[in-house]
Amino acid sequence: MLDKKDSRRAFISKSALAAFTALIGTKIVFGDNIPEDIEPIGLEPKEAIAGKSEALTILNNKPWNAETPPHLLDPEVTPANLMFVRNNGIPPEKIDLDNWTLTIEGESAVKKKTFTLKELKANFKHYTYDLTLECGGNGRAEFNPPAKGNQWGLGAVACTRWTGIRLKDVLNAVGIKSTAQYIGYYGADTHLSGDPDKVVISRGVPINKALENESLIAWQMNGDAIPKMNGYPLRLVIGGWPASVSGKWLTKIVIRDKEHDGPKMGGQSYRVPKFPVQPGTKVADKDMKIIESMPVKSIITYPKTGAIIGKGKTFEIRGHAWAGDLLVKEVQVSIDFGVTWKKCMTNPPKNRLAWQRWRTNITLPELGYYEIWARAIDENGKGQPMILPGWNPKGYLNNACHRIAVKQS
Amino acid sequence: MKHSERLHLVLKKAILVRNLSLGVLICSALLLIQVELFPNALNFKQNNEAKIEQIVETSDFDPFFGLDSIEVKNGIHTPTGLIVDTSVMIVRATCTACHSINLVTQNKADRKGWKDMIVWMQESQGLWDLGANEDLILNYLAKNYAPKDTGRRKNLKNIEWYEL
Repeated sequence: MLDKKDSRRAFISKSALAAFTALIGTKIVFGDNIPEDIEPIGLEPKEAIAGKSEALTILNNKPWNAETPPHLLDPEVTPANLMFVRNNGIPPEKIDLDNWTLTIEGESAVKKKTFTLKELKANFKHYTYDLTLECGGNGRAEFNPPAKGNQWGLGAVACTRWTGIRLKDVLNAVGIKSTAQYIGYYGADTHLSGDPDKVVISRGVPINKALENESLIAWQMNGDAIPKMNGYPLRLVIGGWPASVSGKWLTKIVIRDKEHDGPKMGGQSYRVPKFPVQPGTKVADKDMKIIESMPVKSIITYPKTGAIIGKGKTFEIRGHAWAGDLLVKEVQVSIDFGVTWKKCMTNPPKNRLAWQRWRTNITLPELGYYEIWARAIDENGKGQPMILPGWNPKGYLNNACHRIAVKQS
Repeated sequence: MKHSERLHLVLKKAILVRNLSLGVLICSALLLIQVELFPNALNFKQNNEAKIEQIVETSDFDPFFGLDSIEVKNGIHTPTGLIVDTSVMIVRATCTACHSINLVTQNKADRKGWKDMIVWMQESQGLWDLGANEDLILNYLAKNYAPKDTGRRKNLKNIEWYEL
């Protein structure tokens, strides 16, 4: 480890500035100010994301961030190589399964206890659930004025089959004090700056959400080891909330006696204004609140946008719908820009917090350009807006209805 | 002056002299080590030349220097996807030091918005002082990656039509 770092440092200090200079044909003014740990990624060869399909849309390669085109989300269970990637830092390189441990501690833990992977698998009952994970910033690209960050379209969402143990079983085995308010996770990924002591992200959920049956510590996805980019060998999976609460490369869980305060819990991260604001408003940190359950949303996974339909032909439209902690009560589609809506057949979820399949048949009435809009409504009667929902500074929670284009020739 | 005060003054003087000589000693030692490690460091002529070279490069700066025209298609620098304009290579070199260039090309903001991002990166992500380049970078970004008013919903675009 030290050797690698030392040699890397030596390589960089000797070559980075020279390489930059060669690359751009000129000297970088203030080049001496570049910290020596910075690796010039402008010089790195292009590579694919480990374990992922080339069909993913790559938004960022340092750190890796990639989303799934909606028509590839058609299967009930998202294939592992098609699940989106949202990394904040650099995933751990060498995984030693025999020595991978999970430590439970914190003010509200009765004691500190460390489990090996083997002990976790052997000492607790296993459960498998289909769980929908959606990035809090999914849909950010549409906000106006734009928010900074990865400009997610529709595909930072997946519903995969997770196998592991209940978080509550592990926490109870260690002991939860009555003062417990929140849990927070820590993972083995490293900060982009190369600083080994800098925590990349450490978020969490209130203790009540942590103790739900479906909150898992998982080592398997879709029957295989978790993909490297999605948290191999161990991760938290807490469905229905921003996927950033489902800590990847899991090494530690803290039981807190207050709201967890790790990186990306505070300030403006994964937070929205406490009250509606005019687009473009600068909102003070004190007026922001943590995002909890994700809002109701749906996607059209078939047909792929751009379908040309023969005259008089009836075709199926289908997709998935989900509503954070809640059930989806109904899904409707419109082919006339929201003037009329048709109720679809909607299946119950495979288990709580899994997305729900919906489908219906459509015949286009005459020649022309159509948009198919889909709109889901949750069990409390809240539906998806047709235009963008409330603007917020970081561009979270865009659940505006999905639209695809079709034509009758 | 009381005896104790005089004693105090003498003591102070003695400490000062001791510290000064210690300082001189350390400086000489450091200088010796410096010369040993970097024999050219005291070559002032060379240093001055390097300085002049740098000044010429900044004041007489060719905004497209380092840009290979073969790599430019429809005003886009194809290896990076950046819009070709004054200072594009400075933007490339600076931004890709820490993160993917995609974080630039997929974002839009006005000058203040881009400045806020630079400040945020300096405060929390270890970005260094950009010096005179900051203005060049902000000019480039505010002009080429400015927000467009897209309303509350855009028309669907880039549709690839196919027979179902």
